[in-house]
Amino acid sequence: MTLIDLANPTGFRSLTARLLPFLAAATTILLLVGLYLSACAPDDYQQGATVKIMFIHVPNAWLSMFVWAVMTTTALGTLVWRHPLADVAAKTAAPIGASFTFLALVTGSLWGRPMWGAYWEWDARLTSVLILLLMYLGLIALWRAVEDPSRAARAAAVLTLAGAINLPIIKFSVDWWNTLHQPASVLRIGGPTLDRAFLVPLLVMASGFTLLFVTLHVAAMRTEILRRRVRALQMMQAQGVSGEIGAAPRASQPA
Amino acid sequence: MSLGPYAPFIVTSYLAAALVAALLIGWIAIDYRNQKRRLRELEESGVVRRSGRSATEP
Repeated sequence: MTLIDLANPTGFRSLTARLLPFLAAATTILLLVGLYLSACAPDDYQQGATVKIMFIHVPNAWLSMFVWAVMTTTALGTLVWRHPLADVAAKTAAPIGASFTFLALVTGSLWGRPMWGAYWEWDARLTSVLILLLMYLGLIALWRAVEDPSRAARAAAVLTLAGAINLPIIKFSVDWWNTLHQPASVLRIGGPTLDRAFLVPLLVMASGFTLLFVTLHVAAMRTEILRRRVRALQMMQAQGVSGEIGAAPRASQPA
Repeated sequence: MSLGPYAPFIVTSYLAAALVAALLIGWIAIDYRNQKRRLRELEESGVVRRSGRSATEP
């Protein structure tokens, strides 16, 4: 299979049919190993056992930004190259990204209550991630509001590109403002400051969640291609009916 | 493994992640099955792709 075949939705579906079982298996194994390592990780001298929440919270926080970065790339694919799979990828990534962002906020709150004494603080990092969640929800609403997928794709692509400005704000909020949220301890110049006992389970869990995203995204894209095929056939059916009656207006050409 | 006094916070975090992952997987699987069924119904009613290939095949 060449790269050109992948650009074709039919070629993509054929590839995913073979790829998905392996992706699902690799995700399951990695997450199970990650859970085992998380359970075996020692307590932190300050946080105690709540450090285990970090093995869920940090991967979800990373993925909340990573998914938007993926959507930003696909937005370029939609606006510049009008790639047939670009808007399919963007549309299907949004609910998954919103779920990761929601989990990052929920697990962060559950960690914050015992450590900070509060579930929520209007801190720069927390607030910018909440804005990210609202932007995800806005994008999902936009996709649902516009019936024509190609029109919705262009509007969503512009919104996605504009929203990408929030990514550096989230990343550097802990450096730019005096925040309650701790600064970066893994992705930083000078290397991670985490002890190996915490770093290894964290990285395994992050890899597992990233594979979970890839698996879910590929599966959701396959479904979205089917949805568009259903729409195209329904429009062909409607055209056929209107042609037989001879009075109904012609529907627009199927996508 | 002892989770200490903060066990409810830790367990709730892991349960929330498992629940959200299960909901995502379930939603995508059900959606895929629904779309395949709708395609099959359309094909059975005589609507076929311009290429003549089955819409449900990859």
